[in-house]
Amino acid sequence: MANDPIHQFQISKLIPIEIGGLDFSFTNSAAFMVATVIAAGAFLFLTTSSRGLVPSRMQSVSEMSYEFVASMLRDAAGSQGMRFFPLVFSLFMFVLVANLIGLFPYFFTVTSHLIVTFALALLVIGTVIVYGFMKHGFGFLKLFVPQGVPGILVPLVVLIEVISFLSRPISLSVRLFANMLAGHITLKVFAGFVTSLSAFGAVGVVGSILPLFMTVAITGLEVLVAFLQAYVFAVLTCMYLNDALHPGH
Amino acid sequence: MFVTPGYAEEVAPAAGEAQTDAGTAAHTETGAEHGGGGGLFPPFDSSTYPSQLLWLAITFGLFYLFLKNVVLPRVGGILEVRRDRIAGDLDQAARMKSEADAAVAAYEQELAEAKARANAIGQDARDAAKAEAEAKRKEVEAGLDQKLSAAETRIATIKANAMKEVGSIAEDTAAAIVQALGAGKVDKADIAAAVKAAGK
Repeated sequence: MANDPIHQFQISKLIPIEIGGLDFSFTNSAAFMVATVIAAGAFLFLTTSSRGLVPSRMQSVSEMSYEFVASMLRDAAGSQGMRFFPLVFSLFMFVLVANLIGLFPYFFTVTSHLIVTFALALLVIGTVIVYGFMKHGFGFLKLFVPQGVPGILVPLVVLIEVISFLSRPISLSVRLFANMLAGHITLKVFAGFVTSLSAFGAVGVVGSILPLFMTVAITGLEVLVAFLQAYVFAVLTCMYLNDALHPGH
Repeated sequence: MFVTPGYAEEVAPAAGEAQTDAGTAAHTETGAEHGGGGGLFPPFDSSTYPSQLLWLAITFGLFYLFLKNVVLPRVGGILEVRRDRIAGDLDQAARMKSEADAAVAAYEQELAEAKARANAIGQDARDAAKAEAEAKRKEVEAGLDQKLSAAETRIATIKANAMKEVGSIAEDTAAAIVQALGAGKVDKADIAAAVKAAGK
């Protein structure tokens, strides 16, 4: 079991709950969702509780994350986009903290499950569609008809635009999911090399130095990826929300 | 690892409690038996989806509400207070600077006025002293002129007297000379007329 790189993604029930024939058990995944939310919420809440005019080190981390997401959203969607700031900030913090928590050994990575990232992506696209139609009515469909396209090409371009719009939730969710999954599998495989090589005695121990070094290096890389994927998720969310605000390109 | 017992329950929900951990561990490793999914790769096991979706909705929903209603207004407030405070401090600094500039300007103006006043006082004093000296000089000059004219008058009188006496002396001398020459007695009036004619 120790060397099975897939095992870390198993979901196990901690408190079985079943409603209407569906399994809604409180699982290890749910536990880590709760942990993610509590860690992120508590950090943001506690570090800003002193409301220092001159921020402490931790307070400035919270402020930096706030201003980071705020400027990202403002750049992508303009000041009108700031109405979505709580959503984008929640998504960014949730994904970031979930990714980072998942890097601890024996911890479960919430975002390594496609259904979770897909649900988050659907939340984004759903917000885009609902808000787009609410604000622009059928004018929102202009999103699929770029201006200045020759009449003959319009059907083709509209088809391409529709396909690209529909593939957004898929690409958004699969990108995050696949990055997390692949990173954790790679880590586990290299770490597994260390233990299995060491079992071959002195030569094996010497030989295991390289995978050990790789494990350390990949851990560093995974920290970067954890941050980067949260950033990418948030940036793309901002760009899609911009479409809801300004569908005419 | 705590994963195993829970997983066992999923494999056989009814009989899960009865099985030993060791027994289920073998099943878990092979992954052959899986509740509904049948040995699926865990992320693609749809039997876990309802639970994940439910708990994601609960946790993320609460997280969203907490951030939206508590954390973000607070952080936004902190940033706004800081921005206002910095702007206020800058305003105050600008106001103080303009006040300092005004004070410097007022000081310089007062200094210039004081200098002008000092110059005026000096000028007045100089003018007054000059006028006084002038007046005294004129007085002295007038005195001197008076004395000069008095002296000239006296000299003229003395000169006139002397000239008068010169005439009579000349007559006497002429009479004596004429007598000594033996020309007899000459009329006094003739002599006087002759002297006068000669004196001219």
